[in-house]
Amino acid sequence: MKILALDSSGMAASVAVVEDENMLAEYTVNYKKTHSQTLLPMLDAAVQMIQLKLDTIDAIAVASGPGSFTGLRIGSATAKGLGLALDKPIIGVPTTQALAYNLFGAGGVVCPIMDARRNQVYTGIYGFENGHLEILEDQMAADIYQVIEKLNALKRQVIFTGDGISVYREVIDQNIQVPAEYAPAHLNRQRASAVAALAMEYLKAGRVQTAAEHRPEYLRMSQAERERQERLAQKEGSS
Amino acid sequence: MKILAIESSCDETAAAVVEDGRQVLSNVISSQIDLHRLYGGVVPEIASRKHIERINQVIRQALDDADTELEDIDAVGVTYGPGLVGALLVGVAEAKAISYARGLPLVGVHHIEGHISANYIEHPELEPPFLCLVVSGGHTQLAIVEDYGKLRILGSTRDDAAGEAFDKVARAIGLPYPGGPEIDKLAREGNPQAITFPRARIDGAPYDFSFSGVKSAVLNYLNHHKMQGKEIEKADLAASFQQSVVSVLTDHTMRAAEEFHMDRVAVAGGVAANQCLRKAMKEACEKRGLTLYYPSPVYCTDNAAMIGVAAYYEYRNGTRHGWDLNAVPNLKLGEH
Repeated sequence: MKILALDSSGMAASVAVVEDENMLAEYTVNYKKTHSQTLLPMLDAAVQMIQLKLDTIDAIAVASGPGSFTGLRIGSATAKGLGLALDKPIIGVPTTQALAYNLFGAGGVVCPIMDARRNQVYTGIYGFENGHLEILEDQMAADIYQVIEKLNALKRQVIFTGDGISVYREVIDQNIQVPAEYAPAHLNRQRASAVAALAMEYLKAGRVQTAAEHRPEYLRMSQAERERQERLAQKEGSS
Repeated sequence: MKILAIESSCDETAAAVVEDGRQVLSNVISSQIDLHRLYGGVVPEIASRKHIERINQVIRQALDDADTELEDIDAVGVTYGPGLVGALLVGVAEAKAISYARGLPLVGVHHIEGHISANYIEHPELEPPFLCLVVSGGHTQLAIVEDYGKLRILGSTRDDAAGEAFDKVARAIGLPYPGGPEIDKLAREGNPQAITFPRARIDGAPYDFSFSGVKSAVLNYLNHHKMQGKEIEKADLAASFQQSVVSVLTDHTMRAAEEFHMDRVAVAGGVAANQCLRKAMKEACEKRGLTLYYPSPVYCTDNAAMIGVAAYYEYRNGTRHGWDLNAVPNLKLGEH
């Protein structure tokens, strides 16, 4: 089984090709350049390096969210275009699950935190049982204090990963009551190889989508929708 | 030569297959207007989300309608600006991925060049040079089309686009979004001479436009009447406002046709579907012996067929874009 994977959910842009237990290529750039300009040239570079014939892949995996709305759509539209042109299915891998998969086999729990602005993080809490990713808290947008509370209640060692660390490290250090570690540089950002490796599990379980039906999971409404709902709720409340 | 074209610059997800630049084999448009009407205008984030949900189905439909498969496609054309950046990015990323995976040339198209090219679809005899007035919700430009893909801009709007002024005035008098067609409809029952609104001229720039003045005059008029508790005759207001915009558009175009000795005039963009504008342009052109061209309404508003036509001529001119093609929200005409 050969999977081509993309992740453009955050600052890092990443592409990878994984065949069964072998990673054939990975190209990750964590630098402030538009993913729109970098993602496809990176994919092209990786494809050329390993002389990949695109029609030999079995599926296209993509970090399906949460993340930067625009970044998600660049990855998603790229995956959908590839899927349409190659007639291949898409595997949407939740971004925080793929981030946690960077730390496969960790003994305690893994808590990816992505800066979601508005005083929130995109997060989830994961563990590893019998060689599989176990979801303890499904991904969500949450206040960091809430997340720390949940982790304290679990009473297990935790490893944090993700770009939210640089924003919230101090808050975590001050409030966490379980042993906590922070993933080092090679494991603390989105990597398409992790998306591909986890997608392999999804593929075996038959959790695939058609290119047409795939769409990002934002975990948040647009601002306009949120404000409209608030207005409607207020109206209802006052009438 | 068959081109698959994709357009997602605003609130229509569109794809088309165009053969040899002039023959539209399919033209699929998935409109989001009902959704944006709830907000009184296009919400960029919602537009972007809808594009990604619909784009593959729209492309598939365009291929099916054209009785074509990707194997028969020779190039991919896509709008890469101007427009809403998030919305543009969906079409651009999708188009790049398709052309990359199929090894097809990629041609980025300027949205306005697309609107102008819409005139070629139904007028096989039309070829450059000609004068073109582009009027839509986002753009107002008067240009000489010197050759395919080669424009000489004579004037642009300094503030609001003509269609934008229509939308804002429509909103102020309680008409739903998009306001252009609503004003057009209501104005038919009103007297265009009832109220005199300003017709802006800009010193030293005879072909530039300004519509914020007339828009403000309408809003002031409304305010003034509201404060005095007077009823407003909405149809008269719509007709008078429309008359003011249309007369400026027509007047600028006719002066340009005269100065630059153009005997053919084309109108393009969403506002080109406006009945009052069409009538005024027709009368003005007939009076001067000029030939007037305008597309059917379906090719006036955003569509991908026009992008396919423009992409064909860009392709012939040698335009090819790389895998690093980006969406350019404020793309200038004539840039590549």
